[in-house]
Amino acid sequence: MACVNPDGTLTASASSILRALTSPATPDQVARATDLPLYRVRSGLREMVEAKMATEHEGLYERTDLGAAKSHA
Amino acid sequence: METERNTSQPATSLPRLGQPAPMFEAVTTHGVLKLEDFKGSWLVLFSHPADFTPVCTTEFLGFTQLYPEFKKRNVALLGLSIDSIYAHIAWVRNIEEKFGVKVPFPVIADLNKEVATAYGMIMPGESKTETSRCVFVIDPEGIVRAMIYYPLTTGRNMNEIVRLIDALQTADKYKVATPANWQPGDKVIVPTPNTQEMAEERVAKKGEYELVDWYFSKKTLSKTGV
Repeated sequence: MACVNPDGTLTASASSILRALTSPATPDQVARATDLPLYRVRSGLREMVEAKMATEHEGLYERTDLGAAKSHA
Repeated sequence: METERNTSQPATSLPRLGQPAPMFEAVTTHGVLKLEDFKGSWLVLFSHPADFTPVCTTEFLGFTQLYPEFKKRNVALLGLSIDSIYAHIAWVRNIEEKFGVKVPFPVIADLNKEVATAYGMIMPGESKTETSRCVFVIDPEGIVRAMIYYPLTTGRNMNEIVRLIDALQTADKYKVATPANWQPGDKVIVPTPNTQEMAEERVAKKGEYELVDWYFSKKTLSKTGV
């Protein structure tokens, strides 16, 4: 995974994406909040969902308890 | 009589202008990316023959130098070569070390040649194992709008790619065409009449445009574009 280091810690961009999910947000909103390119946010959110750090419902992303814990670790 | 096919070679396709770009999901230096991740922005997908080669390095420096111009125009850049992800990472780090330039865009590591094959990037007459210097301009809806093919020997002109983007975006926005060597601010081509009635009206209204003949009119785009 591009967002999770081999030791389980998150990359800076992954942490930034999760921190932007304090409330449900679209990829566009996360891109504006993090100043990351939209393609990178879409890819990162896909990985966060796969790693169970975020969930997606009708285009809105929300972080899980695991995601919240990881983003502040 | 049906020709025998060499089933050991993958079928090579070539994208067509005006048609959807071939979908892909690929390992890149910025993680796994799909074509749909770029929806909503323009995309310049470009291939280079190999990492750690001199012409390719000058092209990466050129694309990086013009990155702000692409970004200003809502254009994402995405490189590709048939090299491993580790070669890509080592190369962009080497470029930063030797040239002081950090490559900001992702590069596809297309070791299984899947994307290269879908986009017709391999020219066997040049090389069976490396992509030629191909450029695909894909619009925000995922449609291929322009293609450029350059040989292994010859580095591309990034200013021309920016100019091409300007021309396409101007054509889309103002429903005009652009003449040879057009630069932003130059006169644009008014679309040619395609009925006899329209041709007569065009000639009758010649004061509105710089008219040479019914099929050849130019105009200046005002600040409002009208």
